Amino acid sequence: MYTNKALQHFKKPKNMGRIENPDAIGEVGNVICGDVMKIYLKIGKNKSGQEIIKDIKFETYGCVAAIATSSVLTELAKGKTLDQALKIDNQTIINALGNLPAIKIHCSVLAANALAEAIYNYFTKNNREIPEFLKQKHASSLRATQREHLPARLANASSKRAGRQK
Amino acid sequence: MKKQQIYLDYSATTPVDPVVLKAMTPFFSKKFANPASLYKKGLEAREALELSRLTIARAINAEAGEIIFTSSATESNNFALKGVAFAHLPALRFGMASKSRGKHIIISAIEHDCVLASAAWLQKQGFELTIINPEKNGVIDSQKIKNALRPDTILVSVMAVNNELGTIQPISEIGKICRSANVYFHTDAAQAFGKIPLDVRAMNIDLLTLSSHKIYGPKGVGCLFIRKGVKMEPTMHGGGQEFHLRSGTVNVAGIVGFAKAAEIAVATMRDEQQRISGLANKLIAGIKSTISNVELNADVQNKVPNILNLQFSFIEGESLLMLLDLNGIQVSTGSACSSEKLKPSHVLMACGLRPEQAHGSVRFSIGRFTTEQDIDRVLEILPKVVNDLRKISPLK
Repeated sequence: MYTNKALQHFKKPKNMGRIENPDAIGEVGNVICGDVMKIYLKIGKNKSGQEIIKDIKFETYGCVAAIATSSVLTELAKGKTLDQALKIDNQTIINALGNLPAIKIHCSVLAANALAEAIYNYFTKNNREIPEFLKQKHASSLRATQREHLPARLANASSKRAGRQK
Repeated sequence: MKKQQIYLDYSATTPVDPVVLKAMTPFFSKKFANPASLYKKGLEAREALELSRLTIARAINAEAGEIIFTSSATESNNFALKGVAFAHLPALRFGMASKSRGKHIIISAIEHDCVLASAAWLQKQGFELTIINPEKNGVIDSQKIKNALRPDTILVSVMAVNNELGTIQPISEIGKICRSANVYFHTDAAQAFGKIPLDVRAMNIDLLTLSSHKIYGPKGVGCLFIRKGVKMEPTMHGGGQEFHLRSGTVNVAGIVGFAKAAEIAVATMRDEQQRISGLANKLIAGIKSTISNVELNADVQNKVPNILNLQFSFIEGESLLMLLDLNGIQVSTGSACSSEKLKPSHVLMACGLRPEQAHGSVRFSIGRFTTEQDIDRVLEILPKVVNDLRKISPLK
């Protein structure tokens, strides 16, 4: 069911825990659906003066896939510029793990959203201009967090349906 | 080094007892004949089949002619519901509602999926269905069954022991209520057989399901007790085997194994349940003293000792299951994340648990081959594993 890579990340998660005085926090999911992911960021600058993710940690409540996707996400994001980090999507995460069972794809979506939420939080705190796609992502993460009784995957599907009906 | 494996999922299935396997072996290649054949070899198989039938019948105080063999508890439960319902079809067609021509079925909300799904399917065919919720402790209140009875009720189906919680249901009381209302009573006793005494006469049971692989017999065999006089419409048509109620050449080797397993289960039940009770008490006491925020789902007084369903706060069941498996311990969970439907256990939800409580619930089921050392090892690993997952969790 799970790839060895995913099991490795689950067994020995990378960058697990919290950062004291983080520059940003992103939280997605809810306990009712069975997944909560929290990403902590410390932002620094690289030699060319671009802002990068200097440190990243996660806390996750959820299944094997939720923990494995959070862990691999932190590896993918660490050291990246914020622009690069925002390009990490759920497919990047799935590829990094080798694969994910079909019913667990929503965990990879959640992990990508958690990072986007943290960056959104950083931009907001520092009065930066927020790209349109990130605003939209934030709105949909917020909806999914508030939506009860529906796994994120189904919640996403139903909000898409609702969108079409308009 | 290969890790020591500790199997604590005996309620999912059991290994075949070596004694059972030995009893079955001759019926694959040596005594292989069709029990319906008239020659000597056929009679040999037929004799084994009928002896097995008698053994199973005696285990529940039934007569041999009241037992039909099936492929599984799922098939038995499907047949119990559909067979009774179809025998009442004319009532549905002509809209009459008398004792013999009803259309109403009562089941509990904590039945196995095969009962729930069969009942839901019958509802689609026009039957009417009432589903009784359990009390918070996972036990069905027999008074609620009584109150739900209608003049056109044809069948009540309530399991004897719940497979997730281990709660013992008041089947004697429900049997009495049904008998005096002249309504058929079916009980799925797959998890009860070999754990609590079953007597179809004393308990006023009309239909009862048993499964072989839950009692150290082979998979692929079950049976349905059908009290003499109960009207059933066959759902499997063909050669007329099993008293014209379930066609198909019977699985002789499997049935012989089932009967041997039943014989052992009944003979050893008291001692085995007592031994398992000791192990369960040790496990629960050890867990409670080393892990905080743990709850037992169900009352200790109202359940079989072999099933322990525990709720671990702040963590999710599939993670716990997988991390235990990586440490050589096998259990099961009611978490949504482990199910194809992504829905938490219907049993835990019916008992009023919040989804996050169901997500964190794990079932340990102890069995014949569980040792004291196994429990010690679990008590060594489990606190560590729970602690590791709680460290990852943002919930505190």
